[in-house]
Amino acid sequence: MVSILLLAVPFVAALVALALPERLAHVRRGMLPAVAALHLGLAVRLWLGPDSFHGLRPWLGADALGLLFLTLTSGLFLPASFYALGDMRRYAEQRAAAGISERTYVVGLFAFLLSMSAVCLAQDMGLLWVAVEATTLATAPLIYFRKSLGALEATWKYLLVCSVGIALALLGTFILAAAASEAGPVTLRVRGLAAIALDMNGNLLKAAFIFLLVGYGAKMGLAPMHTWLPDAHSESPSPVSALLSGTLLNGAFLAILRGADIMQSAGLDEFSNGLLRLFGLFSMGVAGAFILGQRDFKRLLAYSSVEHMGILAFGAGLGGAGLFAALLHAVNHTFAKGCLFFTAGNIMFRYHAKSTLTVTGVRRAMPLNGALWLAGFVAICGLPPFGLFFSEFTVLAEAFAEARYGEAALYLLFLAVVFIDMLGVFLGMLRGDPPPLDEGAEAPVMALPALLSLTVVLVLGLGVPEFLGDKLMEAAYIVDNGFTSMPGIKP
Amino acid sequence: MTHTALEYLSVLLLLSNFALLASSRLGLCINAVTVQGVVLAIIPLLHGGDHLGAASILLYAVTLAVKGYAFPHLLRAAIGRANVRREVEPLIGYNTSLLAGLAMLVFAFWLQSRLPLTQGGEGILLPAAFFGILAGFFITIARRKALTQILGYLALENGIFAFGAASLSEHPWLLEMGILLDVFVAVFIMGVALFHISQEFDHMDADRLASLRDPVGES
Amino acid sequence: MSTRLLALLTFLLALGACPLLLGIVNRTKALAAGRNGPPLLQKYYDLRKLLGKGVVYSHTATWLVRACPVVVLAGSLAAAAMTPFGRGGAVFSFQGDFLVWAGAFTMARLFMVLAALDVGSSFEGMGGSREVWYAALAEPALFLSMAALAAIARDYSLTGFFLSLTPEVTSRHLMALLFAASALFFVSLAENSRIPVDDPTTHLELTMIHEVMILDHSGPDLALIEYASMLKIWVMGALVVGAAVPVNIGSWWLDGACFLVGMGVFAVLLGAVESGMARLRLTRVPQFLVGALVLAAMSVVMMARNFA
Repeated sequence: MVSILLLAVPFVAALVALALPERLAHVRRGMLPAVAALHLGLAVRLWLGPDSFHGLRPWLGADALGLLFLTLTSGLFLPASFYALGDMRRYAEQRAAAGISERTYVVGLFAFLLSMSAVCLAQDMGLLWVAVEATTLATAPLIYFRKSLGALEATWKYLLVCSVGIALALLGTFILAAAASEAGPVTLRVRGLAAIALDMNGNLLKAAFIFLLVGYGAKMGLAPMHTWLPDAHSESPSPVSALLSGTLLNGAFLAILRGADIMQSAGLDEFSNGLLRLFGLFSMGVAGAFILGQRDFKRLLAYSSVEHMGILAFGAGLGGAGLFAALLHAVNHTFAKGCLFFTAGNIMFRYHAKSTLTVTGVRRAMPLNGALWLAGFVAICGLPPFGLFFSEFTVLAEAFAEARYGEAALYLLFLAVVFIDMLGVFLGMLRGDPPPLDEGAEAPVMALPALLSLTVVLVLGLGVPEFLGDKLMEAAYIVDNGFTSMPGIKP
Repeated sequence: MTHTALEYLSVLLLLSNFALLASSRLGLCINAVTVQGVVLAIIPLLHGGDHLGAASILLYAVTLAVKGYAFPHLLRAAIGRANVRREVEPLIGYNTSLLAGLAMLVFAFWLQSRLPLTQGGEGILLPAAFFGILAGFFITIARRKALTQILGYLALENGIFAFGAASLSEHPWLLEMGILLDVFVAVFIMGVALFHISQEFDHMDADRLASLRDPVGES
Repeated sequence: MSTRLLALLTFLLALGACPLLLGIVNRTKALAAGRNGPPLLQKYYDLRKLLGKGVVYSHTATWLVRACPVVVLAGSLAAAAMTPFGRGGAVFSFQGDFLVWAGAFTMARLFMVLAALDVGSSFEGMGGSREVWYAALAEPALFLSMAALAAIARDYSLTGFFLSLTPEVTSRHLMALLFAASALFFVSLAENSRIPVDDPTTHLELTMIHEVMILDHSGPDLALIEYASMLKIWVMGALVVGAAVPVNIGSWWLDGACFLVGMGVFAVLLGAVESGMARLRLTRVPQFLVGALVLAAMSVVMMARNFA
């Protein structure tokens, strides 16, 4: 029942927001945090106990893996909705003058929540595809929201790269179905496929996985299919950037993991894991190369997302504890990137610029956001005491444990390159004297969502709570059946 | 009988993709994609002719309506408003495109011989599907106009649909509806974006959408 | 009737009827344009008129210009002798004769181009250059479709191509045959300097290809060249019809009638294409021929599938 509610709530909310007349605009705004909170509540309900019976059982269901990503979505959507509320208020006049309707924004956010929930709950590779494509379509109007030429260009690239990419994933899904139909009755259920995976033709499965990886990898932002990502992130409103980076990419990662699950069940995990590690390391390297000399700090954050998606893929490709670490890293990255994008939005509002050449002296001009920016930088680069340190370190440890020294060395190298690249940019923005700015102080309330997100990362850095550790292990076990326990975490 | 008819329809798919590769006329390209849509609506009728339920008939009707009517209508409206008739200077010329198409055709047939599929193993529907996928992908890369890129995307999508029709005799129709809906909305949104591009830039050359880039080489 | 005799008769028929084919083409064009057009036998009158005239040679011309008409006619005649018209087979037939067949036309083309260069007119040189360029582009499509026919027939002579097309083979390879026929049709448009590659009726030297090369020929020489090109159309048309209408009923006169009707349709089709299309821009012609190549390749693919 809860699973259906998780979809029904944003669906109804989107319809209502679409129907509300302009004079009830404040009601529409108010719906955002209310729906977000309700959605998070429903997600939390799934942590407490299994879902009761519902008629769509074979299509929808919250296993540990899906539930984890669902919670990430809800968990970031709540601060993002509060932030969006403030964002709409402070840009209201400007947007009204440009004739940009908030309705698109709110409806788009609800549609995004709906489609992301469907991605997380999908237990069928076909439904999963439909849902992932739906996230593309739901976010396109959000990216175009500002209606500038740049936004149009970003939207076009996003639509085309992702749609074509995801079309390839559809081909992968069809090949999967064809492989299944050779082994038994046609099914696309994740569990059903995993059950008969051993009887399927290995070559077909490999072909299917390649298409799934390339297709969903385009959506996840794995290099070299990442080209849409920096544009879309730099042009969309900050809360949307945060949601794109923090949840949308995760959704595509989940889809790839579903494929990896089937490959593992078929005993082909060596093949799939090798590909995942390859794409992972390549993405990290590409991110390292492109962050260098980057002058748009939102683009920089986008490339950082490419890097972290690389870490996720690399960790998942290690299997076992690496997979566990990758999942934990997904949690960490979601909130760390949320914090950074929320702060970036505040800085942009104050400076009216996203170039690192203009934005200097943030520490002086905006002490609170400056501190958050610095803390976010420390977190995203994987330094203690934040959670990313632990997850990145675990990935490294697993690489060593599997005696993959060359890959571990590359992994370390790319992390170091990105750190050095980003250090210069972030310090440059924080230090020095601010340019002449308009009157006005920073609004502490707009720093709250970032602070909240940062707190989550900090808590995770101090120790992974038992309930989360268990869920992560359960989720990792779904993908890699050989995974039994995680050293250092109580089973 | 059905076998030969299927063969002819597959050839129609092949030829329509070659037309897409070869023609600079947007109107003709739209027609080619329309032909593909109609063929795709008919193929499942021939292929899985034994178990035709009301649901599947509905699906074919919707496919026909969306791919055979709605898409061409939408795209034609788009070129009407943008007042463009031709793709003048593609990134990859038409001769090269056609020759690349030949290579893709050979590859598609080779691929079929390599793929261990029992269903769709004989007949040319499967290679026609592969060819459509490759050609569609190629066109999205090789053309400048936003509209032609959409057409490439549609050809790719049609190829994947044909693959589904060739390799799966029974498939959940609800799912196909979902896929169809997604593709429809995608094309609709792309059409809207196209309209905005032609309005804002006075052209619809997607390759001139290049103001967002990384500062490589300048420092 | 013996095949030998039938071959000879069809060969003679080709020699006699080829101007009529062009007459049908021109009549079709005229009718499509709403005119009455010249009589069907107009080309015969033209030839007779030219034969009755004297010859003028340029001062700068060498023996090449004098040799050209003879060689061109010889090329067409040789090719025609190797081409099966209808079911009867060709006068000469041997394994690999289609290569010699193409070679005969190539030799004719070579002399025509040499003669064009010989007189030293810049227009004629330009025409020669284009002629050779297009011929080079048309060749892959020609040979690829011949390869498909050879593989279907499992025989390497032009006569073998068409004699082997029993109803059973035909129904099995129908698609491949249709593609080969359409590729050959495209090629014959280019080889015979028809629209959309070249416009035989144009009056501007700059846009001419075939016509500009024969500007310096006159009288009986011109008649020979004109006749040779009419024969060439008939020969290429016979190939197209042979692949597209692979009727093999068995009785010689029924098959012959089918062939003649096929040739008539070919002529009308030629006229229809010329009425419906404009000449392509020079840079677009290669695309047209690459299109022919694609059709030929489709034919090969279809043929290969049926054997697999």
